[in-house]
Amino acid sequence: MTEPILALLKTIVLLFGVVLPGASACVYFERKISAWIHYRIGPNRVGPLGLLQPIADVVKLLLKEDIVPRAANSFFHFLAPLISIAIAVATFAIVPFGHYIDVGGQNLYLAIAPHTNVGILLFLALTSVAVYGLTLAGWSSNSKYSLLGGLRSASQMISYELSLGLALVGVLMIAGSLEVNEIVQRQAAGGWNIFYQPLGFVIFLVAAYAETNRAPFDLPEAEPELVGGYHTEYSGMKFGIFFLAEYAAMIASSAIMATLYFGGYHLPFVPQFLVGLGFETFAPGGLGLALLEVGTFTAKVAFFLFVYIWVRWSIPRFRYDQLMKLGWKVLLPLSLVNVAITGILMLLF
Amino acid sequence: MNVNENTQAQRLSFWEKIYLPEIVKGLGLTLKAMVAPKMTRQYPEERFEPDGSYRGRPVLVLEEEGERCVACGLCSRVCPALAIEVQASETEREKERYPTLFEINMLRCIFCGFCEEVCPEEAIVMSKDYEMVFEKREDGILGKDKLLVPVAQLQDRLAYLRRHQYYENAGPQEAS
Repeated sequence: MTEPILALLKTIVLLFGVVLPGASACVYFERKISAWIHYRIGPNRVGPLGLLQPIADVVKLLLKEDIVPRAANSFFHFLAPLISIAIAVATFAIVPFGHYIDVGGQNLYLAIAPHTNVGILLFLALTSVAVYGLTLAGWSSNSKYSLLGGLRSASQMISYELSLGLALVGVLMIAGSLEVNEIVQRQAAGGWNIFYQPLGFVIFLVAAYAETNRAPFDLPEAEPELVGGYHTEYSGMKFGIFFLAEYAAMIASSAIMATLYFGGYHLPFVPQFLVGLGFETFAPGGLGLALLEVGTFTAKVAFFLFVYIWVRWSIPRFRYDQLMKLGWKVLLPLSLVNVAITGILMLLF
Repeated sequence: MNVNENTQAQRLSFWEKIYLPEIVKGLGLTLKAMVAPKMTRQYPEERFEPDGSYRGRPVLVLEEEGERCVACGLCSRVCPALAIEVQASETEREKERYPTLFEINMLRCIFCGFCEEVCPEEAIVMSKDYEMVFEKREDGILGKDKLLVPVAQLQDRLAYLRRHQYYENAGPQEAS
């Protein structure tokens, strides 16, 4: 099998097997968890335990009228949600869901682009491009509120990208490689990065929340001031696409967090133990190990998604000047300090 | 100038200033809320059964020998929302009247309970009925057919009224 066809197949599996179900699960749990935090029950009427609620939501979005404001630039108005979703989904290209499966002597890697030697750089590049979706949406709507939301997202993303990138520098120094699989293998051998980079992880976490425009950094869509922010003038499935993009970006950044700081698909001790018991399928390249790795990775990502939702319903939104102050005066110096400390410690040990 | 320099920002300790411990505390609170028992009542299946003190739809008390109302019109007079209309006629008994027409406009009623309070015969009381849905405005004007409720169904409210000041020195004698 040729490499491009394989990548295409993996992409299709990823889109319909990971992103869409993942996003609908996120929508469901967002509503459930917010309800639990409010001492409510949450959706429980559509299907058992309200499990069909995401389907009802999507059907509603699809059936709604798609309104384009007369003064809007209809081409960019149409393009903006597509950019958002494309960028959010593209990030998955470098995420390894497991190591590899041995198929008749050939290794089937469980990532769309398994040997991307610019892996992390690609991730950073994609998060930078993601801002175009929101800014274009804000600008093309030709509405004051949308424009303000778009501008906010632009300045916010620029401010937090620096800390995001610098927080990752610590990880890259330890791993000595930009290739994601390398970083995971390095963690499997020498311990997860969270133990070497606790400060870096906190910075990355905060910056990632700001990058995905999630609370407490959801200023681009701060509804008390900006009506709906950049998607004020969007309706129907175009709005739905923004919605989907937000969740896809959340899943992607959770996956990156799990991969870079929590050992990715690596599950300590258990596979070795199972092989010791005589289950050959859990040896490297076996199907059992691959499934175990995918399961481990999914659990880690699910945990980070839970934290995303949990934080959203716990912490009030930052004021805009506080957001900028936190980004430039706190996170940026801290991430530089983190790089310096990492370098010194690497020289000493 | 006597300026107080002790502002909120200056009172924060170091650990409060770096946010993270406080954020973790807040997250702990919401985590507790997540597993706490929920307040929601599943309404159509699980109904609210009000106490005697509940002021729901005002109704007329119907006893076995007939309605209590003597059509004095006090309720109509006291009603701040002008929701009650009474038209009286005489009965065969001497000096006794009854309402030929008794209408409460539920679109106007504000559930203040003044009608109940002013009624000398304890003939109009607030029931426990809180489900008042009409398909037409006309349906919101309730006549005697919908207002008369057997006294047996109103015992909670009558007992409540007798426990409180409205009827301490007045009202029907059987109350005692």
